[in-house]
Order: sequence, then structure tokens, then C-alpha cells
Amino acid sequence: MNKKYAIPLILFLALSIAFFVQLQRNSNGDDPKALESALVGKPVPTAMLQDLFDNKTHEQRIFQQGKPILLNVWATWCPTCYAEHQYLNQLHSQGITIIGVDYKDKTDKAIKWLKELGNPYQLVIKDEKGAFGLDLGVYGAPETFIIDGKGIIHYRYAGDVNEKVWQSTLQPIYQKLMEQK
Amino acid sequence: MRKIPYFFTALLFFAITAKAAIEVRNFASAQQEQDYQTLTQELRCPQCQNNNIADSNATIAVDMREKVYQLLNQGQTKQQVVDYMVQRYGNFVTYNPPLTPATLLLWIVPIGLVLFGGILVLRRKPKTQIQAKQSAVQMDDEKLTQAEQQRLAKLLADKE
Repeated sequence: MNKKYAIPLILFLALSIAFFVQLQRNSNGDDPKALESALVGKPVPTAMLQDLFDNKTHEQRIFQQGKPILLNVWATWCPTCYAEHQYLNQLHSQGITIIGVDYKDKTDKAIKWLKELGNPYQLVIKDEKGAFGLDLGVYGAPETFIIDGKGIIHYRYAGDVNEKVWQSTLQPIYQKLMEQK
Repeated sequence: MRKIPYFFTALLFFAITAKAAIEVRNFASAQQEQDYQTLTQELRCPQCQNNNIADSNATIAVDMREKVYQLLNQGQTKQQVVDYMVQRYGNFVTYNPPLTPATLLLWIVPIGLVLFGGILVLRRKPKTQIQAKQSAVQMDDEKLTQAEQQRLAKLLADKE
């Protein structure tokens, strides 16, 4: 073959392979729109933590439980959260601690939702104005954070948690933190 | 009835532009209003990917506009507001990202490509000169012999 064409051909093949690999990853659920959280490696931001049910104020210590926990941002206006809810119930029954953040939502609607669909949360923080969400860098619901025993954020997942996502992405991180504790 | 397709085709020529919500805000000074306008133009909406928060009506963009307004009202500078957002949403949120290894790559690769192209062009030049010389030699070889010259002259004369 003519030597002149070797370099363009190699470049073309390399690009094709790179594009193909990325397309495969996208089709397997690697969402290019998902942003890395700026908070990874940092503690959960301090905020007014008001309980959804009784307006009681929680202390920042609720994020330091000595074992990894999930922080799940949800709202009743979000259809994906509805789809996610059943799986969260399942995770709860497996003994995983989940703290909920009711993001920009109406309290009565949220309480009704949890009564009807089951409550997988250890406790739910009320965030009617989305101020806590803004501090967390939340840009849509649902989002799920993995927090270690000391209250440090290790991972942020934007989108619904389902069996596939849990097993392929979240559980390995959770498991690692579980062993570290 | 046959005009219906024309009607729909005509509709295609009308752009439906998304208009940002009109929010009434009171600014302490003209400078503050100016800062607010620039900041909302320069901050990217994390939800809609390539819209600034001034043009977007995603809930998060509305919240961020409100926050920008609040922070400016508290007397924070433009840079402080940008830092506040970057702390929460990462460098993605600004259209003017700082120099990091990833952005460095983005800026250096085009320069590298131009240089590479330049080197290619420079290296090609001697080759074409050689080719030109070679073809000049070939031309010499192809010069007509004296007999052929005579024949050509005769042919041309005959034609006239």
C-alpha cells in the first residue's frame, strides 16, 4: 500500500474506534450530561436541616453515622423519583440507610407520597426553597450521594437508582466504604 | 385543501424562540444591575447544558438567578459570585473556565495541529521543486529534432 496514506488511515481508524467505544458506553448508561460533583471529597455542606414530618431541626451529625449512607434528593413533582421509589424501598429492606432530601416540594404532598408508597428513609429533610439542594450542587431530581461514615461525600449520581445502576456503579463504592469503616 | 402543505411549510419559517421569564428586580445601583446581567450571561445552566442561566427557564436556572441577585445584594463582587457557583457546580458552570490540565489540553492541541500542518507544508516544498526540475529536463528531451522541425514548418506552410 502507498505509504502516503498510512497516517490518515491510522488517524481515521483511531478516531472511529474512540467514537465507537464512547457510543457504546453512552448506550450502556454513561450519561455525558451527568456532571461530576464539585463536592466529592468534601463534607456535606452545613445547612438548616429541618425534618419533613415534625419540623424538628437536625444536627449536622446525622451525616456521620460511622457507616456509609445514601443521601437521596427527591420530590413528588418528579416522575423519575416515582420510578426510583420502589427500588429505594428495596434497598431500605436490605438494611441500607438512606437520608432523604425533599427538594422544592410541598410538605403535605410529600408526606402523603411517603404514606402511600412506603418510606425508605431513615429521616427526610425538608428543603422547600432548594437552598440545601443548591449547596449540594443539585441540578435536578433525583440525585443520590454516597457519604462515608465521617460525613464525606464520595460519589454523586444524577438520575434514578435502579437495580442496574446500583449493582454496576453505586454498590461497589458503598461496599468499599463499608470495608473501610 | 391543497394549500394546507404550503401553510405548514410557511410555518417552518417562523422561529419559535424561547423567551426567558421576565422577573422584576430592584437593583441598588446601575452597576449592580450591569453585574447581574453579565453574570447571568456568563454562568451556564447545569441542567440544560449549553444555555446560560439568563436564557434558561429550568428550575435550577431560576434558582441560580435568584441566588446571583441575592449575593450581589449582599455586596459580593462578581468574582465572589462566580466562585460561589463553581464551589457547588464545578468549573462546568462558568463559560470562562480556569487553566486546568484538561483545559490546557484543549487549548494546546489546536496549536499543535497548526504547527504540525505547517511542518508538513514546509517539508513538501523541496519535493515539488525537484519535481519541477525533473519535468524541465523531460521537456528538454522532448524537444523536436531538426528533421521534425522541418516537417512541422512544412505542414504549417501547406495549411496556409
